[in-house]
Amino acid sequence: MAYYICGSLKDLSASMIKSKNFMFATQRSAYLSIITFVFSFFILTSAWAQSDTTDVESTDQPTTEAATSQGGISSDPAVITAGEALFQGNCRACHAVNQKLVGPALAGIYDRQDMDWIKAFVKNSQAMIASGDEYSVALYEEYNNTMMTSFNFSDEEIESIIAYVKFEAENAAAAAETPEGVPEDGTTTTATGPSKYLTAVIVGLVVVLLLILIVLFLILGFLTKFLKERKDDLDEADREMIDQKFDFGKLTRNPAFIGIVAFIFGIFVVKAVLDGLYQVGIQQGYAPKQPIAFSHKLHAGQYEIDCNYCHTGVRKSKSANIPSANICMNCHGQIKTESPEIQKIYAAIEENTPIEWVRVHNLPDLAYFNHAQHVAVGNQECESCHGEIKEMEVVEQFAPLTMGWCINCHKETNINTKGNAYYDNLVELHSQHSKEPLKVEDLGGLECAKCHY
Amino acid sequence: MSNSKKQYWKGLEQLSNDPGFVEYANKEFPEYLPINENKEGAESAPSSRRDFLKMMGFSVAAASLAACEAPVRKAIPYLNKPEEIDPGIPNYYASTYAQGGDYCSIVIKTREGRPIKVEGNKLSKVTYGGVSAQVEASVLSLYDQERLRGPYAAGAATDWATLDQEVISKLSASQNIRIVSNTVMSPTTYKVGAEFMAKFPNAKPVTYDAQSAHGILQANQLSFGKATIPAYDFSKAEVIVSLAADFLGTWIAPTVYAHQYAKRRKLGGGKKSMSRHYQFESNLSLTGSNADYRTPVKPSQQGLIAAALYNKVAAKAGAASMNVSSIDVPFLDKAANSLWEARGKSLVVSGSNDTNVQVAVNAINDLLGNYGSTVDLDRPVNFRKGNDADMSEFIEEVSSGRVDAVIFYNCNPIYDHPQGVLLQAELEKVGLKISTSGRMDETATLCDYVAPDHHYLESWNDAEPQQGQYSLCQPGITPLFDTRQAQSSALVWCGASETDYFNFLQNNWRTSFFPNSGAPDFETFWHQSLFDGVVEMNTPSKELGEAPEIAADSTDIAPAAVMAGGFSADLSAVARALGAGYNAESAETELVIYQKVGLGTGEQANNPWLQELPDPISKAVWDNYLTVSQKFARENGLKIEEDRTSRVNLTVGGQTVNVPVMIQPGQAHGTVGLALGYGRAKAGRVANNIGVNAFPLVTVTGGIPHYEATSGVSIEVTKEKHRIARTQTHETYMGRETIIQEALLSEYQENEHAGEFAPKIATWKGPEEKVAPHKISLWKHHQDEYVNHHWGMAIDLNSCTGCAACTIACQVENNIPVVGKDEILTRREMHWIRIDRYYSSVGVNNYSELEVASENPEVTFQPMMCQHCNNAPCETVCPVAATTHSTEGLNQMAYNRCIGTRYCANNCPFKVRRFNWFKYHDNTQFAENTSMSNTLGRMVLNPDVTVRSRGVMEKCTMCVQRIQAGKLVAKKEKRRPTDGDIDTACATACPTQAITFGDLNDTDSQISKLLKIEHHDDHKTVQEPRAYTVLQELNVDPNVFYLRKIRNKEVDNA
Repeated sequence: MAYYICGSLKDLSASMIKSKNFMFATQRSAYLSIITFVFSFFILTSAWAQSDTTDVESTDQPTTEAATSQGGISSDPAVITAGEALFQGNCRACHAVNQKLVGPALAGIYDRQDMDWIKAFVKNSQAMIASGDEYSVALYEEYNNTMMTSFNFSDEEIESIIAYVKFEAENAAAAAETPEGVPEDGTTTTATGPSKYLTAVIVGLVVVLLLILIVLFLILGFLTKFLKERKDDLDEADREMIDQKFDFGKLTRNPAFIGIVAFIFGIFVVKAVLDGLYQVGIQQGYAPKQPIAFSHKLHAGQYEIDCNYCHTGVRKSKSANIPSANICMNCHGQIKTESPEIQKIYAAIEENTPIEWVRVHNLPDLAYFNHAQHVAVGNQECESCHGEIKEMEVVEQFAPLTMGWCINCHKETNINTKGNAYYDNLVELHSQHSKEPLKVEDLGGLECAKCHY
Repeated sequence: MSNSKKQYWKGLEQLSNDPGFVEYANKEFPEYLPINENKEGAESAPSSRRDFLKMMGFSVAAASLAACEAPVRKAIPYLNKPEEIDPGIPNYYASTYAQGGDYCSIVIKTREGRPIKVEGNKLSKVTYGGVSAQVEASVLSLYDQERLRGPYAAGAATDWATLDQEVISKLSASQNIRIVSNTVMSPTTYKVGAEFMAKFPNAKPVTYDAQSAHGILQANQLSFGKATIPAYDFSKAEVIVSLAADFLGTWIAPTVYAHQYAKRRKLGGGKKSMSRHYQFESNLSLTGSNADYRTPVKPSQQGLIAAALYNKVAAKAGAASMNVSSIDVPFLDKAANSLWEARGKSLVVSGSNDTNVQVAVNAINDLLGNYGSTVDLDRPVNFRKGNDADMSEFIEEVSSGRVDAVIFYNCNPIYDHPQGVLLQAELEKVGLKISTSGRMDETATLCDYVAPDHHYLESWNDAEPQQGQYSLCQPGITPLFDTRQAQSSALVWCGASETDYFNFLQNNWRTSFFPNSGAPDFETFWHQSLFDGVVEMNTPSKELGEAPEIAADSTDIAPAAVMAGGFSADLSAVARALGAGYNAESAETELVIYQKVGLGTGEQANNPWLQELPDPISKAVWDNYLTVSQKFARENGLKIEEDRTSRVNLTVGGQTVNVPVMIQPGQAHGTVGLALGYGRAKAGRVANNIGVNAFPLVTVTGGIPHYEATSGVSIEVTKEKHRIARTQTHETYMGRETIIQEALLSEYQENEHAGEFAPKIATWKGPEEKVAPHKISLWKHHQDEYVNHHWGMAIDLNSCTGCAACTIACQVENNIPVVGKDEILTRREMHWIRIDRYYSSVGVNNYSELEVASENPEVTFQPMMCQHCNNAPCETVCPVAATTHSTEGLNQMAYNRCIGTRYCANNCPFKVRRFNWFKYHDNTQFAENTSMSNTLGRMVLNPDVTVRSRGVMEKCTMCVQRIQAGKLVAKKEKRRPTDGDIDTACATACPTQAITFGDLNDTDSQISKLLKIEHHDDHKTVQEPRAYTVLQELNVDPNVFYLRKIRNKEVDNA
């Protein structure tokens, strides 16, 4: 920085040797720079350290006391987990535990009715209403004559759902009593990781460096002024230097300068062209208008409908499946029937013409991708590839879907080996010669024929 | 193989050092390099530099324009998703393939509601999970564009209501109605027929088969009082003598017989015995090429050979002999001795349609006590029920105008009956002609009404292939077109109360079969039967159980008094007939009409997969031809240079056809052969005008077709030339004899390593210091990387009959294109798995000696595909690393990375890599590639496998898509894949289980046990003495192992 102000590069070496004072000045600026870097390094490391500690905290799950068994409803955590899965997959679209949605809040259902009634109602509510059961008829009328879909659950499955409902209801009640207000999911959520700090650090660094630049200019001006005042004590060469004016005209005629500028410009052009070429066929951010203005923000975000509920293939098939119209009708047979967007679904069903959605994620045919492998086996979240789908009014392509992006993930991701006998022996073999966890690439995740055949 | 003094050669060209052959053999690539379309034209000037620049400029502009905006692609979900369908997950339905008399119990693989693959049903006790090439290919026939899309009346499209109305009124006005069909195996269809005939009492069924087995039916009528085909069991036979019956290729039920045959011939696991097989035939058939002893004989000798065999056995048994002139052909004494030694455990079959020969064969089996062991008359099969006498009578009636109405139920007699030409001329005398054919074939075009039936993959039906063995046929797809099941049509026309065939079928099963099943309720019985596809019950159906009487009209044998189950026939009459009809020393040229394994009788001729399937013996595609012996060719100055051959005029009984000539080693001298199934006029774009129709040349005597012409055959060589496209001598191994290894059974019994070839490699230490090839290597071997799986394959050359079912299975599974005859001529076939057929001659050291033996060579089949070498030569030469090695032992091919240098194919010692010279899909120039060139055909493509484009290399992937799918299922279920979860298409299809695929790391897998894999610290060794890898001296270390072929011959004949 300091060098640059001295004038053209040509004079640099000579003046450096000759001028003691100048050397002094440069030395000082060097000191300053060192201090700056030490300072910035300090800020940086502290930021990282902080993010580390929060990460550790976030993984620390508070333990919940087992609820006491009451009225034959299990408090076995395994049953509750099973119930939760069933609830999330099947009930959540219309019911919440503590809140009225399409259907009633389920908390306390076990007190309101006995288990046999619940089972009968879940299995065939229509028959219950038809049979004239008082409570069923009352429910039916209360909820705008909306019929609940019949579910072909086993008795154990219904019991597990109720166990989960009870667990959740009691948990929520307990949470309301605790003054600190432990969040419902029992984790301390942290604002997104280190990236936020990194931005702060960079901004800080830039500010500090700008300040240093200003200080250096001030010092330079001060020194020059000081030397000018004592011009007579200086020898010829130094005097010349102090009197020197910056000559732009000379600079533009300097072939070395022109060369460097041309070179840098050339690099930028090449880079831009290459970047442009790399973007060919990449549709990151592609958010086409769909024939029906379906909002994931509303369904997945606000109503928290599980992805599996509509995308039925995601855990079993290569394709996650765009839901067929009959899945929409599970709810929209009754809800928002007047909406012009919903009317489009009715029209499609009546005219027997399928809805032509615009495909957002287009992998080339030569690449084989299987949702089940990633979601059911690999336990990946939908959001890791599809982004914050719960915030999207219109779905857009979040990931670049390039091979580099796939490969990167395969290099970094640990295999979900827990409780999967497929991997048991492989984990053991791997641990014999590596301390790292088993990654996708360790099992051939980077090989061509894993995706191309 | 120098230690057994055998020379292997792949074709006569190699033997005779044909200049064309030598020229190609010395080239690394046999193909023509220029890919200009008009390569034949002299004017095709090379593109100029200016053109090149123009093209470049255009391509760049086009590419950048194309890249700007990606096309909008639609995703269209179901409106109402069926519960059982999950897009992306295949569903499997058990069903039945029954076309004419060909039967196979199958499993249909469907994706998103469309059948994409047919596989064998392992639950079947008839076919045991085997399939044939025709069954595998039948899925493409479903998507044939030339299927009829609705009913036709007088050649114009109509609707069902109109057709029904007109047909009913015309049928009611008809006096004599005939229903012509091929063999019907379905008991419920018989019931429909009975309803129809109750309404129209003047209706009469007429059954014929394109390949007639009338002789056997009649012989059993005469011998046992039952006109049935007994169930043969080749697995129980220690000695098999076949008189021209191609039971492994085309005779009656080859899939069934091949399974049984191979079961007896498999060795290993302590089993050191196998059956001995004698074959006496004229053409070199698939069966003949698998025989231990094969004798070329003339058709005119067949009867005398049967009689002589009877006499020789009778002499030992002390029975009366037949009084016929004697005949002496090689191995006949030996065969008789073997048979007698293995009496009760032997089997004699004959492919002749002459009742007298078949009675003689029955007599031999009876003398040997084979009834009840290898021949089961109590549970006969229903594969052929055609009654040729009825059919001849029908044709006579038509000629004399005594038939008012005829319904052709899924048959095409105008083409595939020997008297089709006559019928064609006379058919206009019939007032009402109806066909239920699914396409406008030769017969349907002449009909007033065509009421097209569903394809069998769209149909409900049942079948009783063998008494007491039932199977159900269920649809794999909703009917594509406005077709209607023929049974429904019949029910509609006869005004039945139930016209829906599905209901009719279910009702019949409820009333006829359910009571005998022992199931608790009908629903359980029905669903279990549908799920399994097959049901075994000890009660034969009423409809097929009682064999119809067949009048003995063409023979003077008086049916003797039928004793209970015992053999009784007037053998002296048989002897008289055989003595009169056959000749030991005929000087005449004789014609044998045979079937090819791929096309059969031509029912599926419009299926390009079958047209392009190389014939197992001749390796020719897209043609039929006259097979002649080498001696005949020499005498007539016929030559076949590379693929150029002469055409000849073949005259049989006044009819002349112009056919190309194929010189066929093993062809009996004085005989010529011609295949059925070709020369279609109205089959469709693929098959029309390919080859000549041999059906009119079939001799009909006394109404019975005989597939041999023993007199009146003359051949006139013309100057016309013809090119026969063959995959035969392509990519030769140039006499490297480390490919086929074989031994004799006696040698093997002494030393399991017999026939082993263990090459040694010279080292720098000098010629004395030779080491085994695997001791020195430039490569670091991959084996220690295979921690997870190590896929491997073992192919038992002793079980492989060369039937080519694997080739088609691979083609269906892996979206392999059809390239057409011209491309095959330029040697650009695309099959990933080919079956190499090697001829070998015994005890010779040079080519001139070989020539003598080549009149009747030994044959070895070797399925050859990518060997997935651990030290793969292809991987090292790829400049872009498009072919690499996986950590599971596979040699992978990334199409999108390949730039088409073809270095890999150049460096592959097995020549198994295939280059896409053209874009074969969506290309009007490859219209015959129907599975890719039209939208309907494309429904057959496997969505899990990429359709390759132009300019990339491809090859066997060991069905990596199946491996990945199988692994995923295991991972989802949180377990290791078990053996059998993952199988390649070829291994699944093989009717003889010659191909075993599996994980070499899994100690419980079948392949580990078969190869006796021993695990060491960082590598595995194969301990099975019969196992070897091809081209061992190269140390490419393949993951495909072959099990040595063992011939059950005696040493002095070797």
